Amino acid sequence: MLEARQLSFQFSTKVPLIQTVSLSLNAGEWVGLSGDSGAGKSTLGKLLAGYLTPQAGDVTLDGEALPAKGLQPVQWLPQSPELAVNPRWRVGKILREAWTPSEAQCEAFGVQAKWLSRFPQSLSGGELQRVCVLRALAPGVRFLVADEISTMLDPITQVELWQALKQEAEQRKLGVLVISHDSALLARLCTQHYHLRSGKLNQEPSPTFTKVS
Amino acid sequence: MRHAQPRIRAAFSLAVTSLLVISLITSQWWLGDSPQQMQFDTRLAPPSVHHWFGTDALGRELWARTLAGLALSFWVGCLAALLSTLIALSLAALATLSRRLDALVSLLIDTLLSVPHLILLMLIAFALGGGTQAVIIAVAVTHWPSLARVLRAELLQLRQAPYVRISRALGKSRWFVLYRHLLPHLLPHCLVGGLLLFPHAILHEAALTFLGFGLSPSQPAIGVLLADAMRYLSGGYWWLGVFPGLGLLLMVLSFDRLSSHLRRAL
Repeated sequence: MLEARQLSFQFSTKVPLIQTVSLSLNAGEWVGLSGDSGAGKSTLGKLLAGYLTPQAGDVTLDGEALPAKGLQPVQWLPQSPELAVNPRWRVGKILREAWTPSEAQCEAFGVQAKWLSRFPQSLSGGELQRVCVLRALAPGVRFLVADEISTMLDPITQVELWQALKQEAEQRKLGVLVISHDSALLARLCTQHYHLRSGKLNQEPSPTFTKVS
Repeated sequence: MRHAQPRIRAAFSLAVTSLLVISLITSQWWLGDSPQQMQFDTRLAPPSVHHWFGTDALGRELWARTLAGLALSFWVGCLAALLSTLIALSLAALATLSRRLDALVSLLIDTLLSVPHLILLMLIAFALGGGTQAVIIAVAVTHWPSLARVLRAELLQLRQAPYVRISRALGKSRWFVLYRHLLPHLLPHCLVGGLLLFPHAILHEAALTFLGFGLSPSQPAIGVLLADAMRYLSGGYWWLGVFPGLGLLLMVLSFDRLSSHLRRAL
């Protein structure tokens, strides 16, 4: 279980962004996180993935601190895939940075073989986002923080991406924190939905789980 | 058509520099010992069809000595610029490893930049006993700070790039990130920075030698030629200073222009 206890965080502005936030995510569980722009959603996601260190509180995985080295069991997927890839590397090299997915896995995420020899600049945002999601699914990864990963995609690509991720997560019992402004999307994907307001979490009424059509 | 002119200028700059570099590199084979050959019956002869750049006080051909001096300056400049770039890159990479190291590197950069170049150059060259090696080391040790500052800033910015953070989260080591993600990104900066350092290095080598702290007076270095020319200028022997000076100017300008074009292109 990924657990955040009494997390507090502020940047150098001295204005507290995250205040005593507690959150837990079980294996195979999908939790939604919404909030206004600047409310601290991405910051909370980065704290959970170990990209930022909280000033107070801690993040634990099965009761232990997140590993300092090696493959992180909690992976963060940013909103802009263009920034998440080395622009000088070809897509094949980017994808294989952590592991080598099978052809079937590439197919499931719609990653085409012809993309692998291209540079990321020649791929669309949606295509690149699929590559980034697949890259993050290295063996050993147990939780994903999906930070508005479908915001810039068209509705059809969004559905395809979430379907593929849902299928993979079910097979591997991956826990996923979905950060989004889209309440309808969170209602469809997640069993729990949190709303971040002024750095504090308010649990929204838990929607019933429905499969992505 | 508007973009054609800079390209033509860049191609011209590349052609002139390449021609210069090829002639300097090959000069030692076709010049032979002519830079040192003395002919006392043609001492201080002015430029003519037989003596293109004139001759010096010992009857040596000035064109051969100028070319040999430029070749020597070229190698000194190359090695000093290369060494300087390596120092800058290593210290910039070191600065990214921890905050303390970053503070230390920044302090070193600021300290070196606050001391006048030439004084430090003379002190180092004097302490090392002069000669080619001393000049190379002195120029290299004094010229890295400005490039290191650029590379450090670039590295610190790059280190925060999402793809670098993600690479670490995917289990890649610091060294992997440094070699595979960061350094390849810095190579164009190093190339341009090194090329921009090159004319500086040559000018400072000539200045050091001119002041007597650099290369040995027996070597046909540009600084030696210019220092020798000083004694004869009042006598009207203008070619002794003008041709080596013009040669130095041509080499420095050609490399400076080429690196400027390269900087814009990259």
